[in-house]
Amino acid sequence: MTTTARGVDAPGRARIGARTLRSDRWWLPPVATTAGLLVFVVYATWRAFEQKYFFADGRYLTPFYSPCVSHGCASAPGSSHFGMFLPDNRLIPYAAVSLPFLLLFRLTCYYYRRAYYRSIVLAPAACAVPEPHGRYTGETRFPLIMQNVHRYFFYVGVLVSLVNTYDAVRAFWDTGGRFGLGIGNLVLLANAGLLWCYTLSCHSCRHVMGGRLKHFSKHPVRYWAWTRVSALNTRHMLFAWVTLGSLIVTDLYVMLVARGTITDLRLIG
Amino acid sequence: MSYEGTFRVWRGDAEGGDLEDYRVEVHDGEVVLDILHRLQATQTPDLAVRWNCKAGKCGSCSAEINGKPRLMCMTRMSVFEPDEVVTVTPMRTFPVIRDLVTDVSFNYAKAREVPSFTPPPDLAPGEYRMAQEDVSRSQEFRKCIECFLCQNTCHVVRDHEENKQAYAGPRYLMRIAELEMHPLDVADRVPAAQDEHGLGLCNITKCCTDVCPEGIKITDNALIPMKERVADRRYDPLVWLGRTISRRRA
Repeated sequence: MTTTARGVDAPGRARIGARTLRSDRWWLPPVATTAGLLVFVVYATWRAFEQKYFFADGRYLTPFYSPCVSHGCASAPGSSHFGMFLPDNRLIPYAAVSLPFLLLFRLTCYYYRRAYYRSIVLAPAACAVPEPHGRYTGETRFPLIMQNVHRYFFYVGVLVSLVNTYDAVRAFWDTGGRFGLGIGNLVLLANAGLLWCYTLSCHSCRHVMGGRLKHFSKHPVRYWAWTRVSALNTRHMLFAWVTLGSLIVTDLYVMLVARGTITDLRLIG
Repeated sequence: MSYEGTFRVWRGDAEGGDLEDYRVEVHDGEVVLDILHRLQATQTPDLAVRWNCKAGKCGSCSAEINGKPRLMCMTRMSVFEPDEVVTVTPMRTFPVIRDLVTDVSFNYAKAREVPSFTPPPDLAPGEYRMAQEDVSRSQEFRKCIECFLCQNTCHVVRDHEENKQAYAGPRYLMRIAELEMHPLDVADRVPAAQDEHGLGLCNITKCCTDVCPEGIKITDNALIPMKERVADRRYDPLVWLGRTISRRRA
C-alpha cells in the first residue's frame, strides 16, 4: 500500500484532495501545549540540578527539593527533614527519591498522555487531522504498555503530597522553633492544596476509590468517596496545568527569597 | 436575516468525486441540513443525503462540516460568518456510497462481536432489581444515538485502515463498559476488551468525547475505567495477589 492510500485516502473512502478540511486554528492547542510543557521541563530541570537557593529564611523548602535527602542539603541547615543519605553529586538532584516518580506520575497520567500524544507525538494533533505515522500500535507494546502502571506512581504521588504538606506546615516554624506567618507560608500551603487536588483527581484514584466496583449500593463509603473524586476528576486537566504553574511560582518565590532578591512579607512573627 | 451563502459539497461515489460549489439561500434559525434540503429542492435533486429526525436523536445525518465531524441537523448556520465558505463532506473513515452517504456497516459488524447482556442464570425476566446508584454509570452510555461520529473521528481507524479488524472503536468499547458496569451482567468482559476489541490501541486523546453530540464522557467514564480494569487483571501484581489469596480462602 502506498503512502497516498493510507488513512482517509484508503480505497473506498470519499476521494477528497485535502487531508483535512478543518478551517479553524486546530494547530494552536498542540503548539500551546508543547510550549507550556517545554517551559516547565526546562525550568524544572534547571532548578532540580542547580542545587542552590532551595531553602529560605530557615523555614521555606521548595517542592523541587522535597524531601531533601542528599548530603548536599547540609549547605542549608534545617532543610532536610528525613535524613541525608544520597551522595552530594552534581548529577543527583537533592530530591532524587521523589522527582523521578513525580515525573513518571505525570508522564503516565491520563491527561498528560492525551496532551503529549496530541501535541508531541501528533497521534493525532487534532481531531479529524491526519496523523503523520504510517503505523500505529497504541499502548499495546513496550514502552507505551507501561502506561498501565500509572496507579503505582499515583501511590507514590500521594506519599510525596504528604511530604509537601508536611513541609508547608513545618514552614510555620523556623529552624530556631519560632512561629511565624509570611506570604511564603501561604504560597507553600496553596501549592500543597493544589497538588492534593491534582493527585486526588487522578483517574487511577477514581478507580481505586470505587470505580472498580460493580455494586456501589453494597459499598456506601466507597461510593461516597468515588462521587467526590469523580467531581474532582472532571477538573483533572485544569489541576494538571495549575499545579505546573504553582510549582514554578512556589519554587521561584523560595529561590528569590533565598537569594535575597525579595524579602518575605511577614504577617505574624 | 437572509443571505446567499457559499457551500462546497462533495459529490461522487467510490469511483471518484469532487467538491462542488453552490450558492444557496440561508435564513435565520436554519441548520446545515436545511441548506442541503434547499439545495436538493432547487439545484441538485439527485444529491444523496441520509437524514431522518432532524432533532439530533436518530444519528443519521453525520457528516464533516468544515472538516469537523458533526450532525448536520445540529449545526446551526449562525455559527458561520455569512461570507464563510461552508464545506460539507461525507464521513471519511467509512466507504462512501454516494455524495454524503457512507456505508457504516463496519459499526454493525463490531456491534455483533460484543456479547449481549448476560443476566444471572437463576434470575428470570421480571425479577431484575437494581439500585439507582448501581445503574447510573451505565445509563449515561445508553444516551448514545449511534451517529458513529466517535467511530469516524477516532484516529485508530480513521488514519489506519489496517486497524479496523482489531479495533472495535469508542462506541463499542463504551458498550462493553456499559455491560461490564451493569449490576446484573455476569459475563467477564475485561480480557476480551483488551484481546478481542483492541482497547490497548486507544490512546485516550478524547476526540470521541469531543465530537459526541450527546455529550457522553466516553473517554473519562467508559474507556479509562475499562483500561483501569484491564490494569487490575494484567498489570497490577497487588490486585492479582489479593485475588489469589481471597480465592484460596474461598
